[in-house]
Amino acid sequence: MKKKYFLNANIIDPFNSINEIGGLIISENGKIEAIGKKVNQNNIPVREKFIDLKNKYILPGIVDMRVFVGEPGYEYKENFKTLSKAALAGGVTSVVTMPNTDPTIDNVSIVDFLKRRGRDKAKINIFPSASLTKNIEGTNMTEFGLLQKKGIIAFTDGTKTIQNTRLMLRIMRSAYDLDSLIMQHAEDLELSKDGMVNDGIIATKLGLQGIPDIAEKIIIDRDLNLLENFNCRYHISQISSSKSLEAIKQKKDKVKFTTGVSINNLSLNENDIGDFRTFLKLSPPLRTEEDRVSLVEGINKGLIDVIVSDHKPEDEEQKRLTFAQAATGASGVETLLPLALELFHNESAKLEKIIECLTSNPAKILKINKGNLSTDNDADFCIVDLYKPWVVKKDKLVSKSKNTCIEDKKLQGLVTNTFVKGEELFTYK
Amino acid sequence: MAASTKKAIKISQKHLLGIQDLSISDIKLILSESKKFISLNRSSSKKIDVLRGKTQINLFFEPSTRTQSSFELAGKRLGADVMSMNITNSAIKKGETLIDTAMTLNAMHPDIIVIRHQDSGACNLLSQKVNCAVLNAGDGRREHPTQALLDALTIIDRKERIDGLKIAICGDILHSRVARSNIYLLNMLGAEINIIAPSNLMPNDIERLGVNIFTDMKKGVKDCDIVMMLRLQNERMTSSFLSSNREYYEYYGLTPEKLENAKKDALIMHPGPMNRGIEIDTHLADDINKSVIKEQVELGVAVRMACLKIFCGK
Repeated sequence: MKKKYFLNANIIDPFNSINEIGGLIISENGKIEAIGKKVNQNNIPVREKFIDLKNKYILPGIVDMRVFVGEPGYEYKENFKTLSKAALAGGVTSVVTMPNTDPTIDNVSIVDFLKRRGRDKAKINIFPSASLTKNIEGTNMTEFGLLQKKGIIAFTDGTKTIQNTRLMLRIMRSAYDLDSLIMQHAEDLELSKDGMVNDGIIATKLGLQGIPDIAEKIIIDRDLNLLENFNCRYHISQISSSKSLEAIKQKKDKVKFTTGVSINNLSLNENDIGDFRTFLKLSPPLRTEEDRVSLVEGINKGLIDVIVSDHKPEDEEQKRLTFAQAATGASGVETLLPLALELFHNESAKLEKIIECLTSNPAKILKINKGNLSTDNDADFCIVDLYKPWVVKKDKLVSKSKNTCIEDKKLQGLVTNTFVKGEELFTYK
Repeated sequence: MAASTKKAIKISQKHLLGIQDLSISDIKLILSESKKFISLNRSSSKKIDVLRGKTQINLFFEPSTRTQSSFELAGKRLGADVMSMNITNSAIKKGETLIDTAMTLNAMHPDIIVIRHQDSGACNLLSQKVNCAVLNAGDGRREHPTQALLDALTIIDRKERIDGLKIAICGDILHSRVARSNIYLLNMLGAEINIIAPSNLMPNDIERLGVNIFTDMKKGVKDCDIVMMLRLQNERMTSSFLSSNREYYEYYGLTPEKLENAKKDALIMHPGPMNRGIEIDTHLADDINKSVIKEQVELGVAVRMACLKIFCGK
């Protein structure tokens, strides 16, 4: 690989507190050789060609902590190859895949298969998570220790929640012993049973069973109380309401934990469901505008650490049904960054804060050396045209499943190039 | 001359999916058209040929006796060819999706499809996929527009107005499409609405639809002109929304004693089928001076004839 030189870019790297105009040099082996304002036309060899990134931004490759891949079992929805392409188109270079596959990622032998497929088919960094319980049944713990040794970096039941309090306590104890990261999808499944949308006026008007916000808060309260006894590495996958944020605020000084939010809950509210738009049937559901605004505040105040895409590919047949029958979830890995930039453009959050929640924060929680532009680290980054307007069209999306919940949305900010280990793997055409 | 007046009052919607979509003039048009059919239905020769050559398909995914037969009779009396799909034998049971069923039926060039479905919004989905008009005969717990229209017609028939009346709707509001459609319609026509239900059967934020909510039935029916009772579905007991039928009857069943709180000339309504002794006292239900339950059924045919005619573009 030839050395690469980029100059005059706006570089944002929250991990290293870099927010300046400067350059980037990538070494022959795909590492970051030098970065920052010290890299300029005067200190690179004259004969070398450089790429002028005036008015463009260089950001660390996005780390998306919550991505569903259909492999194994649902390859028709998304496989590692298509996921990798979709991620690259959105500047995402590292993903944590959810264990909700068929078979479930719950034992050592399947992890070998997964690692192999991920390595052979995907060009981005795949970090698989395994389930907390065998077959995601919520009864027996998986082998955290052995799975970790095989390369699993986090444990979660994905779309399911540990309902049994005693089991949750035992999971936390084991995680404490083994230094495992637990990621909980917070939902009391009895309270949310048959629910489809936020419990409120929209549910009442559309005649759909509601999911109350306390279904989420009750689990968060319970887990944070349990954590006081065994403070393992604990992460709440996604929150959706101001009530949950309140619960988090109260415990923030007492116990150590982290919190995520889906970009969907930060950008949309229940009114967007309109006339039964099944593509907006999500879990957690879209809630009120007040909830959405409080979540944005949660980001600004550092109560929420991570923004995820909650990328859940579903083939269109699963969405062309009545609301009750339609599948839950939306694809979104490739629109994560542009949609998050909307928060910057409408002045509800600072750019550095948004990038932090998409890069260094998730990497720190996961304890992976990604989401930063430190020298000698892999050159995983993207180049963004921050003010470029564009319109989301599902036919133009790269993901195998086109179930975007922001069809026809006007966005500003486009990923023009994505690099992994110094290699340019995506170029916007 | 006649043609121009007809043109002036045309329905604003292509489909009848819910009261929510209608304007006041739409509603007035349907109600005035319905009135014309009341006398026809009471005469000895009940058939006209205004819909001759038109095809009406009744697509009922949920069991129904009165609504389905009412729509069937309405179509036949207008001279349409009426086909009622028997869902138990249809391709739906073989795994066909609603959209594919819609496409199949659409290929047969119907002029109107009447649909009842257990999922809220099913009629909206169907209407996006067919070329003909779609009439909602009840979708999940969302809307049942013709029921609300026939209720309004019954009230007007007896009270000569709706504006200014105080109307109580009592029972399982949470699961009731009848309640929702009636709230929209009666509100639009100027009634004051009291909603009465135990908290377990009260939808969240329902007061934002512009109604007063009560958990105490006696307070809720106080000074009301109309007491509309809803059917309590038995499956609600097993999922522990309520403790027992007898306790429900004690607190929310319509008895002569509770009715005393309403106006003296208050009318009792019920969309049927009734659970006698659970939501309503059996003698009250049959009291011809107070109960208009049979009249509701009768006027239901007239309302559906009006809807079929209007939405067929006639």
